[in-house]
Amino acid sequence: MFGLNLDACIIDLPEKYYTLHDYEKGVARWCPGCGDHAVLSAVQRLCKEEQLPPEKTMFVSGIGCSSRFPHYMNTYGFHGLHGRAFPVACGIKFRRPDLNVFVVTGDGDCCSIGAGHWIHAIRYNMNMTVLLFDNQIYGMTKKQTSPTSPMGTMSNTHPHGSVLPPINPLLTTLGVSNVSFVAQTADWIPSHLYATIRKAYEHPGFSFVKISMRCPKFMPAAVDAKVSDKEHVCLLTHENGVPVDDATGRVFSNHLEHDPTDMNQARQLAANEEISYLGLLYQNKAALRYDLYGAHNLNYTPEQKIAAINQELERFTV
Amino acid sequence: MNQRNEVSDTPVQATDRQVKLKQHVVEIISDSGEGAQKAGQSFGAVCAKMGNGVWTVEIIPADIQPPPRTKESASGIRIRVGSKKMTNAGDEADLVVAFNEIAPYSRIDQHAFKKGTLILIESMWADHDAPEVRENYARALADFKERGYRVFEIPMEEECLRVAPGAKRGKNMWVLGMLCHIYNRDLSIAEAQVAHSFRKKSEAVVDLNLKLLRAGYGWAAGNLELRFDIPAMEQKQDMVVMNGNEALGFGVLAAGIEVCSMYPITPATSASHQLAESIEQAGGLIHQAEDEIAAIGFAIGSSYAGKTAVTITSGPGLALKTEFIGLGVMAEVPLVIIDVQRGGPSTGLPTKVEQGDLLAALYGQPGDTPKIVMAPSTIEECFHFVILARQIAEAFRVPVMILTDANLATGVQPFPRPQLRPEWLAPPIDQSAWQKGVNPYAWSEETGMSKRPIPGQKDGMYTLTGLAHTEAGKVSYSPEQNQHGVSMRSRKMAAFGNSLKPPRVHGDESGGDLLVVGWGSTRGAIEEAVDSARESGYKVSALHLHFLSPMEPGLKEIFDRFKKVITVEINYSDAPTDPMITPENRRYSQLAWLLRAQTLTDVDCFSNVHGQPLRPGNILEMITSRLNH
Repeated sequence: MFGLNLDACIIDLPEKYYTLHDYEKGVARWCPGCGDHAVLSAVQRLCKEEQLPPEKTMFVSGIGCSSRFPHYMNTYGFHGLHGRAFPVACGIKFRRPDLNVFVVTGDGDCCSIGAGHWIHAIRYNMNMTVLLFDNQIYGMTKKQTSPTSPMGTMSNTHPHGSVLPPINPLLTTLGVSNVSFVAQTADWIPSHLYATIRKAYEHPGFSFVKISMRCPKFMPAAVDAKVSDKEHVCLLTHENGVPVDDATGRVFSNHLEHDPTDMNQARQLAANEEISYLGLLYQNKAALRYDLYGAHNLNYTPEQKIAAINQELERFTV
Repeated sequence: MNQRNEVSDTPVQATDRQVKLKQHVVEIISDSGEGAQKAGQSFGAVCAKMGNGVWTVEIIPADIQPPPRTKESASGIRIRVGSKKMTNAGDEADLVVAFNEIAPYSRIDQHAFKKGTLILIESMWADHDAPEVRENYARALADFKERGYRVFEIPMEEECLRVAPGAKRGKNMWVLGMLCHIYNRDLSIAEAQVAHSFRKKSEAVVDLNLKLLRAGYGWAAGNLELRFDIPAMEQKQDMVVMNGNEALGFGVLAAGIEVCSMYPITPATSASHQLAESIEQAGGLIHQAEDEIAAIGFAIGSSYAGKTAVTITSGPGLALKTEFIGLGVMAEVPLVIIDVQRGGPSTGLPTKVEQGDLLAALYGQPGDTPKIVMAPSTIEECFHFVILARQIAEAFRVPVMILTDANLATGVQPFPRPQLRPEWLAPPIDQSAWQKGVNPYAWSEETGMSKRPIPGQKDGMYTLTGLAHTEAGKVSYSPEQNQHGVSMRSRKMAAFGNSLKPPRVHGDESGGDLLVVGWGSTRGAIEEAVDSARESGYKVSALHLHFLSPMEPGLKEIFDRFKKVITVEINYSDAPTDPMITPENRRYSQLAWLLRAQTLTDVDCFSNVHGQPLRPGNILEMITSRLNH
């Protein structure tokens, strides 16, 4: 055509342009008003914006309301065991650098039954986007205390109020060696939610996003204050942080310039129990990545493998 | 020259005559860290090279650094050498080299010696500075004599110091030299073996050890009137010498498994040590997970994404993996799980042998979780079963469990060097487009089998779930749907089982008075006992099962040809004569339970939980007492 060699001048012509519809599957069965719906929309938008091939995209989850997420994505999904999303996701990513891996987990799944895996997944720092849906309560099993429930939370397991202070997922994550990305956002600020997940997706490593989440059914009080009382929300701003658009910046008028390489300040902000700091708390793109180790010796030929085994057998031959 | 050489009342064999033997059991025991195991391994390798049958097994102290000169510190190795292929560690020891007088007592506790056992003991303790050491030594020697052992005092350290000052630590190589002379081994083969085993050390170290080897050999020639000869078959093919865990590791490599995800646990870990040395060069990796649960979760993730993985563990780890095994069965993820069994329950006997995980392997998960369970019976099978397991796991889309045990894990046996085949290796991940409209669980009504989509396959997207699901992989709680899904997963077992051949009877196919049934590592001991009994005229045969779930077909028909059927296992059973025990409440050993249920045969059992490999002699005793009864 026009004497042009198309092969030479068009570098990467996509076979297909994916629309939002290409990432949708079924009808989400979360309660009306549940924050999970907002995250689903944001993630589907991200997939479309990034044109992620559905067959190269993986959602791995554990058990809980949040963990139903993969069922609503028209990608590959792994809805596994309670607390065990991280080992599965790491196993998937280990030898499959070509797959975009997302982990969807909840406060019970990640911070209680799966806490050991959580700590080590942070340390492995494999390239995956982790969305912690933190609604501070067990929803699927109908209102039991979660490790992030504020002390005094009335639940079916603590009818007179929970008796221990909650775990702080941000502070915990920031305390683990080799941590590389920690951010916080909220389901009720869609533009910030999207921008944060996108920033996390772009990060080369284990990007941990704590999403403060509404549970209108079992935990309405915990978030109402933050939705209504904007004094308790502060947006973090920085040229390398999560971008804040004008509209969001006007609605949430508390801002703080925070350099995401500043670990000490990140920990101080994360520890603040009065104010929720939304945005990128910490990022280190240079942290060691276990997935790069996992993919360093892929695709050996049968001849190479057999030669290596034979060489090893030599040591045992008499 | 030390004149305290022979202290036995009965004279040994005439000097220059070699006593011809069919087989001999040799032990070298010392304090932890004195190198007995290295000497024994080298001796075993030399014998294998000369064409003898060999089985070696390490005697391992339970603690890392127990105090010296205690029973707890006794560490060593048993080497059984024979004219024919050796399939087990044998009965009581025939000849023991002891580096001190206390170590033998740890073996006496295990009933490892008999009247007439030759004990070659380091004599330096007789002249030790501390009087209590001298007294203890004298007392022990008298006691050995009392027990009917034949004791030879050997000036090991004194002779080593003649070779080089500070050569104390080379005592093990000196002992190797001595044994090579006693057993008429080819010194040049031993020299090559020593050079090989120290190849990573400096030339000076190699030279010193070779000198010690020759010195031990020379000393025995001049001073010891013990000469044995165990004729060997000429060795035509290359042999490899390794233990069961190493063989498992090689199986993983040869199967082309690229991910081994594990957590350290005794006695399974050494399989991963062997792999860690070489898997990277063979295009794979070891992942040491944060715990046993994560180890299998990681393996399942890898398998799901197309690289069928292996996880290696032992009893307590298996318990932790239970939930993920259930998921693997439910979601039909191929996976290889190796359980190197140890004594249980709970943390039990970490370094000792037991076959106590059979029922846990079959039925350890809540709900119906049919899976394939197989058990190698030799070191060589440890290698081949991993290759087979990966193929079965992928073909039938199911976790496959391999049960070995501490006996196979540490037992060393030569076998023909495997000729590796490209078709053993896992094929590359299928990334072709998935056929549109084909469900991720398109179960064949006939076989329950289905093909799985692998991430990356266009149009194959589905969400794997541990919840009850339809053929499309959609969550479904419908009664009919659940019944169907569970039966499809069960049908795969029948389909696989139907592809197996009936096992072969060892002995008399047509029947007899007694059939001894075993599984796993006990095969060598059982068949040796059965052979001896048959030589004495008993109508006894043996049957060994390699598949425990599903079982090989035709068992009932074989059992019907024998008057009695008994299993021999290393796990617990009530003795019929125990207090409170009636025929109704008796708890049988684990294979016996399964066989009784499956074949409606009154299968009896003979088992114990001593944590020791079963000895042919004990099984023979059982056979003769049952048949004389």
